[in-house]
Amino acid sequence: MKLTINGTQHDVDAPPNMPLLWVLRDLAGLTGTKFGCGIAQCGACTVHLDGAARRSCITPVSAAEGKAITTIEGLSPDGGHPVQRAWAELDVVQCGYCQSGQIMAAAALLAEKPDPSDADIDTAMTGNICRCGTYQRIRDAVHRAAELSGG
Amino acid sequence: MTVTPNPTRRDFLKTSAAVSGGLVIAFVAPGAKRFALAAPAPGADPFVPNAFLRIGSDDTITVLSAHSEMGQGIWTSLPMLIAEELDADWSKIKVEHAPAAPVYAHTAFGIQVTGGSSTTWSEFQRYREAGALARSLLVEAAAQRFGVPASDCRTENGVVMAGRKRASYGKLADAAAQLPAPASVKLKDVKDWKIIGKPTKRLDTPEKITGRARFGMDVQFDGLLTAVVARSPVFGGKVKSFDATKAEAEPGVREVVQVPSGVAVLADHFWAASRGRAALEIEWDPGTGATLDSDALRQEFSRQATTPGLPAANAGDVDAAMPTAATKIEAEYAVPYLAHAPMEPLNCTVRIGPDKCEIWTGTQFQGQDQQLAAKITGLSPEQIEIHTTFLGGGFGRRANATSDFVVEAVHVAKNSGKPVKVVWSREDDVRGGYYRPAFVHRAQIGLGDDGMPVAWGHTIVGQSIAAGTAFEGALVTNGIDAASVEGVADSPYLSAIPNHRIGLHSPKTPITVLWWRSVGHTHSAFVMETLIDELAQTAGQDPVAYRRRLLRDHPRHLGVLNLAAEKAGWGSPLPQGRARGVAVHESFGSFVAEVAEVSVEDGKIRVHRVVCAIDWTIAAQMESGVAFGLSAALHSKLTVKEGRVQESNYHDYVVLRMNEMPRVETHIVPSVERLGGVGEVAVPPIAPAVANAVAALTGKRLRELPLRLQG
Repeated sequence: MKLTINGTQHDVDAPPNMPLLWVLRDLAGLTGTKFGCGIAQCGACTVHLDGAARRSCITPVSAAEGKAITTIEGLSPDGGHPVQRAWAELDVVQCGYCQSGQIMAAAALLAEKPDPSDADIDTAMTGNICRCGTYQRIRDAVHRAAELSGG
Repeated sequence: MTVTPNPTRRDFLKTSAAVSGGLVIAFVAPGAKRFALAAPAPGADPFVPNAFLRIGSDDTITVLSAHSEMGQGIWTSLPMLIAEELDADWSKIKVEHAPAAPVYAHTAFGIQVTGGSSTTWSEFQRYREAGALARSLLVEAAAQRFGVPASDCRTENGVVMAGRKRASYGKLADAAAQLPAPASVKLKDVKDWKIIGKPTKRLDTPEKITGRARFGMDVQFDGLLTAVVARSPVFGGKVKSFDATKAEAEPGVREVVQVPSGVAVLADHFWAASRGRAALEIEWDPGTGATLDSDALRQEFSRQATTPGLPAANAGDVDAAMPTAATKIEAEYAVPYLAHAPMEPLNCTVRIGPDKCEIWTGTQFQGQDQQLAAKITGLSPEQIEIHTTFLGGGFGRRANATSDFVVEAVHVAKNSGKPVKVVWSREDDVRGGYYRPAFVHRAQIGLGDDGMPVAWGHTIVGQSIAAGTAFEGALVTNGIDAASVEGVADSPYLSAIPNHRIGLHSPKTPITVLWWRSVGHTHSAFVMETLIDELAQTAGQDPVAYRRRLLRDHPRHLGVLNLAAEKAGWGSPLPQGRARGVAVHESFGSFVAEVAEVSVEDGKIRVHRVVCAIDWTIAAQMESGVAFGLSAALHSKLTVKEGRVQESNYHDYVVLRMNEMPRVETHIVPSVERLGGVGEVAVPPIAPAVANAVAALTGKRLRELPLRLQG
C-alpha cells in the first residue's frame, strides 16, 4: 500500500483495516501522533487527511490511501506554523501529550475559519481532551494564531 | 505524601571527577531516610552519574533533573535555580532526566520520587548550591588563568571576567574540574536574583509542539516487541488456565507468556498485540473480589460512619457539649473511586541483558521502580538503568509503591526473554486498578447561640493508601493514615471549636488505591468547606465573614481568602441566574482560596469564572488544578459491579473538556513565608467552591461528588 505522509511516499505493508494511528506510529516510526483512547474520544491522534482533521485511531489505513496525510511532524518544516508559534508564545503546553492533537485540530479549524469565535473554538476543540487543563491557554492561543496568520 | 516543607542544607558538597571535556557537579547527600528501602551507598566510581549539571567545552550547560517532568514545569524551574547561581547564559541550557541513583534521592523523602507538590521547595537549596558551587570553581579556574585573585573576577551570562580578561565557562570547564571543591558556597541574596521569580518560557515547548518530545509510549528500537496484557477483570483475580492457540495465530503475534498479573501477548506492534489479546481464551479464578459492588461498599462505609472510629484529633468533650447546642447540623458526604486517566496510557519498555536491565518509562518513582526491578531480575539496584522519559501526565498514578506497570513489564521481558514495550489501552488504564479511594464522611455539628460551632463530631471512612505497602510504617501512625484525614484532623477551623472529635475507619477491600492529585484533600476540602458554608448559612451570616471569624488566628488563610473575595467582587451583584461560592484550603504547605461563579442551565452546573488566590505559584498550575478538580466535581466516577469496573474510556469516565473550561484568574498574595507546593494545591478548593455556589443559587446542599442536581 502506498501512503503519502508529510509529502513523502511510503510503501507500507499493513492490513487494510489497521488503524492509521498504528501505521504511523509503529510502522512509519512517526510517534508525534499520540494514542490516548483508541475510540475517537480524546483527539490525541488527530492528523489531517487532505487538510481536514481526522481521528487516526479509528481511521482504517485503507481510507488514507491516495490522500495527503499530514502529521504534527509535517505541519511545518521548523515548528513555524502560526499555531505552533502561538503555542510557543503563550506557553500553552504542560505535559504535552495531547498537544500534537490539539495543534492539528486548531490548524484545521483555522484553515476553515480564519478568525474563529470562542464558540467556534469550543465546538472544534471540545473533542480534544487535555488532562493538564491547558484549555484556557489553548483558546487564547487559537485567537493568537488567527492574528499571526492574518498578519 | 504530605510533608512539612523543611529544606535542609546539605552537610557537605564535593565535585566528582570530570567526564571527558567538562565539569560535573555532584553532591553527596546523607539524605533523609523517611522512605529509605535499603538504598545502596553512593558509588565511588567517577563515572557514576552523581551529577546535577555538566558544563561542556562548547559552553552547553546540561542540567540533570532529579524530578520527572509531567507537565508541572520542573524542566524549566530546576534549571532556573542552577542558572541563577551560576550566572549562566540561559540560551545554553539543556535538560535531561537524571538516571536512577541514590544521589538523586528526594531531599526530604529519601528516595527518588516526584510527588507531594514538593519539587521546588525540596530542591530550592540543592539546585542553587549546585549552581553556586560550579560558579565558584569556574571563578577559581579563571583567576588562576588570568593570574588575578578570585575576588577580582565577576561572572555574567556564562562568562568569567576580570578587567579586560574574559573566558567562557566552556573554556574553563576542564580546568575547573581539576580543582578541589570549596568548603562552602555562598548563595545570592534574594534582591540580586535575575532569573528566579521572573516569567520564563518553558524549555520543553519546542519539542512538545513539533511532535519530537519522547514519551514512554514513543520508545522504539530494533527488535523491540509491543505487548498488551490480559489482566483479571475482577480485583485480585488470578489466571486459572488459558489457551493461546488463536492468539498466536493472529498475524504479527510473536509470543504469549504468563506473568503474575495475567497473560501477555507480544507482537510486532500494538494493533497486532491487541488483536491477539482479544483472541485469548482465559479462565479466571476471580477470588473474593467477584461480588464486590461500589453501592454496597458505600452502604457499608455509611454504617461504619455512625461509630466514632480511631481517634485522629480530639479536644474537649463533644458528647457533653452537643446537647447544649442551640442548633445542630448532621450530614453525610460521599465521594467515589476515581481513576487518574492521564492522557498517556501507562506503558513501560524493558530490555534485560546479562548484567543489566534497562527500563524506559515515564515514572514518578525511580527509586522504588529500581528496587523492585532488581528483585525480579536478581540484579543489583545499580544494574537497573532507568531512562525517564517525559510523562504524559502523572497525577500520582505513576508513583506507586508497588511500581505495578514497571514490575509487570519486567516480568514480561524476563519471561519472554525479549525486549518489550508493555502498553496499556485506555480501557486497561481505567479498569486497571489503583484509584483515589472512595470515602464517606459523617459529621454532627452543634452551633452556639452566636451561630459559631461549639461541638464538632466527624467520622471518616475509606481505604488507607499506605496500608499494606512498604511505606505503611512511615505513613500510618496508631492506625491513622495521615492521607485519609489530612484537611480535617488538621483543619484550622478546629482550633476555634472547643469540643471536637475526628475519627477514622480504614476498611480493607480488594480494590487497589493510590494517591491522586492532592490525595486526601480531594475529599476533605469538599466536606469541610461545604460544611462551613452551611454553618454560615444556618447562622445567617455571610460565608466569607463567617470564615474570617473562625480563621482569625490563621493569617495565611485570611490573606488568600480576602484577596480572592476582593478580586471576585464578593458581595457585588451578578447577572440573574448566577451565584458565587467560596472555599479556602491549605494543602502541601500552600494556602489557596477560590471563588467560583456558577449558573445552572437545564439542570446542569456550569462554571463561568474562577478567581484563585495563593501566596506563591505558577498560574498554569492553578488553571490546571481547577480543571482537574472540576472533572471530579462535575463528572468523574467509577462504579464497581460484580467485581468489575463498569466504566472503560473517556465516553463514560468523563473528564472536563474545552467547552466547560471556566475563565481562571490567579492572584498572588505577596509573601515571605516558606515555599509551599504548587502542583496539587488548586485542586481541593474547586469542588466546594462550586457546591457552595450551587447552594447559593438553588438552596440545595449537594453532599456527593460528582455534583448532581437531579437523579
